Amino acid sequence: MKRKDFLYLSGMGLGAALLPNLSAFGNPIDPLQALDGVDIRVKKQMADVALNAAKSKGASYADVRIGRYLNQFVATREKRVQGVANTESYGIGIRVIANGCWGFAATNKMTMDDIAKTAEQAVAVAKANAKIQGEPVQLAPQKGYGEVSWKAPIEINTFEVPVKEKVDLLLQVNDIALQNGANFVNSVIFAVNEQKYFASTDGSYIDQDIHRIFPSFGVTKIDKASGKFQTRSSLSSPMGMGYEYLTAGANDKVGGIVPRYKNRYDMLEDVKFAALNASEKITAKSVEPGKYDLVLDPSHLWLTIHESVGHPTELDRVLGYEANYAGTSFLTLDKWQSKNFKFGSDKVNIVADKTQKGSLGAVGYDDEGVKCGKWDLIKDGILVNYQAIRDQAHILGLKESQGCCYSQGWDDVQFQRMPNVSLQPGKEKLSVEDMIKDVEKGIYIIGNGSFSIDQQRYNFQFGGQIFYEIKDGKIVGMLNDVAYQANTQEFWNSCAAVCDESDYRLGGSFNDGKGQPSQSSAVSHGSSTTRFNGVNVINTARKI
Amino acid sequence: MAILSKEEAQAILKKALSYSKAEFCEVSLGGSEGGNIRYARNAVSTAGQISTMDLAVSSTFGKKTGSATINEFDDASIAKVVKRAEELAQLAPENPEFMPPLGPQTFQESATFNPVTAAITPDIRAEMVAKSLQVVKEAKLEAAGFLENGVRFNSVMNSKGLFAYNKSSDVSFSVTVRNQEGTGSGYVDQSFNDVAKMDTLALTKIAAKKATGSAGAKAIEPGKYTVILEPLAASDMLGNMFRGFDARSADEGRSFMSKKGGGTRLGEQLFSENVNLYSDPMNPDIPSATWNGDGLALKRTQWVEKGVVKNLAYSRYWAAKKGVEPVPGGRNFIMEGGNKSLEDLIKGTEKGILVTRFWYIRSVDPQTLLLTGLTRDGTFYIENGEIKFPIKNFRFNESPVIMLNNVEELGKPVRMGNLMVPPMKIRDFTFTSLSDAV
Repeated sequence: MKRKDFLYLSGMGLGAALLPNLSAFGNPIDPLQALDGVDIRVKKQMADVALNAAKSKGASYADVRIGRYLNQFVATREKRVQGVANTESYGIGIRVIANGCWGFAATNKMTMDDIAKTAEQAVAVAKANAKIQGEPVQLAPQKGYGEVSWKAPIEINTFEVPVKEKVDLLLQVNDIALQNGANFVNSVIFAVNEQKYFASTDGSYIDQDIHRIFPSFGVTKIDKASGKFQTRSSLSSPMGMGYEYLTAGANDKVGGIVPRYKNRYDMLEDVKFAALNASEKITAKSVEPGKYDLVLDPSHLWLTIHESVGHPTELDRVLGYEANYAGTSFLTLDKWQSKNFKFGSDKVNIVADKTQKGSLGAVGYDDEGVKCGKWDLIKDGILVNYQAIRDQAHILGLKESQGCCYSQGWDDVQFQRMPNVSLQPGKEKLSVEDMIKDVEKGIYIIGNGSFSIDQQRYNFQFGGQIFYEIKDGKIVGMLNDVAYQANTQEFWNSCAAVCDESDYRLGGSFNDGKGQPSQSSAVSHGSSTTRFNGVNVINTARKI
Repeated sequence: MAILSKEEAQAILKKALSYSKAEFCEVSLGGSEGGNIRYARNAVSTAGQISTMDLAVSSTFGKKTGSATINEFDDASIAKVVKRAEELAQLAPENPEFMPPLGPQTFQESATFNPVTAAITPDIRAEMVAKSLQVVKEAKLEAAGFLENGVRFNSVMNSKGLFAYNKSSDVSFSVTVRNQEGTGSGYVDQSFNDVAKMDTLALTKIAAKKATGSAGAKAIEPGKYTVILEPLAASDMLGNMFRGFDARSADEGRSFMSKKGGGTRLGEQLFSENVNLYSDPMNPDIPSATWNGDGLALKRTQWVEKGVVKNLAYSRYWAAKKGVEPVPGGRNFIMEGGNKSLEDLIKGTEKGILVTRFWYIRSVDPQTLLLTGLTRDGTFYIENGEIKFPIKNFRFNESPVIMLNNVEELGKPVRMGNLMVPPMKIRDFTFTSLSDAV
């Protein structure tokens, strides 16, 4: 990533404050120019040039991704706009197999000559590395789909909403925070549009249009006298949606001690509660360490699912391909082969799904031309499957890939990435209120906070945004300095109850990192509120 | 060609400025060329070669600024990107924190470029990886690693006469070696401007030794222990802290550098007396560019002296507001140490734990800078000056501020990414639970 981190834009005024960290996503452009797609006939011509050049140099397989990646950031703090930036990144990435080895090359020079040269360079890289290659790459068969397309089912294209409307919303958010006692507030709308075209020597030409949105804020309350400060972040979720995500109606709200949201989000309401929560946190009781029953809201649990289920079921980690960076996995193949590895209690049913509407991972086809689907990972508590791509499918005895291949851009090579991984709701009717009524000594956690897990995904520690103490079936007040530590398998085996589907909501990660050079992907995790019994809670307060 | 000389860059930047009609205009041009090999299970998994170059224009009318970039460099494209930035500036809201660009500045010539590193080819990369694979294959171990090299230039010019240029080269290598049973794991990670310093064979041998030596780890009780942190582990902890040396967040009351009752902890004894931290772009082991994005010259800046906070970084805006001189943040961070080696520190330890590296470090509480994370790839128990046996990995909950108050001894600093840190012996380091991970 060092190469990209160098992109020099700091101190450049409008939007620049945001850009150094976002350089991997592209270059700032005129918002109005971002909207016209590239002609599909031109893309097919370019793809054919690349595929033919690769084959003529000896590639036994080739695929091409022509990508136009648009991002928009609108960022504010208190009463001012920090930055508005549109970025675009357009280019072609060509992946080949030659002499049994993968090679990849990418360019943003989009003449037919440059494309052909880049394809040849990819073949040359493959051949150079074939000398130190072990076993040849084995690709699961994949039929060509011909010329097909897929579009995210959005209602309002975020890029077509005037910047002023977004700025006005965010400044209103900030104003509400300040009026309700916050000292500082940052708010952001981040939108992504991936226009990507895939073609391969298998005979697929796939055009896709993907949208994502992530509105968020953070408020800070300072208590000058004590020198203490507390923060509270938004309870929004990044979604695979358009601007309609910001148009919540009454049906999108979940009642309770603080409002939470499903499908659509009310930023103005959430920020008011956030400011109040931050003030409450200053004086909240510091938690007594020990064992508690945890009641985890979907706005919190998504991250625990992501880290402790999503990552260890990635087949590339299981096999050792991520050993030097993200790590390996405790869910080794022998555990899967035994067909009786008890990952969790029988309440635990977890699915992988690349088709869920509104989710971050939803696409028609993955980045190696495989049609996407849905499958079980954990069934009644037992590990039953992983997440695989074409060159791994044979290891699981699968006849085809599970469609988990993704690249963050045209200039990065695609590899195995997490599909949406979600805990299925409980089959019996159960509300959050009824779940809490049953808890004698517990903590109700809302929102995600600090997170850390080991490289094989055994030992984890999670914080949160807000914590409520439960005593004898009732919420008795707010707690502070809470984090829980557990072992993944013990934790999921302590799962005692899952609320029904009326409470099911999506959370998600906009920037899940993996790979070298590191790449970011976006993925959703759904769940209903869930209870875990007897989890170890530590107190995180310190003095310096 | 993505890497331009100073004169070539200057010519394009001058041309861009000649099209400007804005009150202020700042243009920057940067490019990179590089490649990488990733390997796992003792074979190459992915590899690539990428080159890019971009021109960025930032135009300001009053306090309204717009910016745009382009990656085409004919006259029409350059004129277009300048016009686009000006159009965006007219549409932009006023930025009350806008600072007019600086006039001409003098910058030292940096030491960041090495021609041999710049000349690395795909075949040289393959040879370097082959050496690493040779070690593990002979020892019947399994490696996963990553080798990346690149050349980069950055340049900036503005309508008030400022011009700056820097060219750098770098090469980085990391490898995780595991035994076939999956019960032992070792790791090394190094980066240099000069590829001559990079010995993939010797580094892989260190990782292999740790992989073999860490097999069969015993569990010991979590708690407070004296630890010896290898430079990699120490840099994992300190990297987070350096970002907190910022005056604005301290003044605003939301940093570990904020003072009770208001203000900052500048001038306070925050760490042990043997803690000295500074940045220096001209350090030969860890050179950096000599200017930053604000157009300010970077020079040696002492952040901590004998445990006392000597400087916090002030942006030009925050400095003007506070009536002080701007202090640019460092691009490298150097912690002074002594002359002892890691082995010397181990020899002088009665009971303690040797930590190769930490993993998955996250902030738990920004108020105290409390961090959590885990040990990884080689954790050992020390008794009577010797490594006695490998131990299972721990989760820790510890603040680097507390840690730097408990410094017993420091060894000779080593480069780790953009930090130079010594191996360090720390008392009362807090481990809170055990992990089964290898």
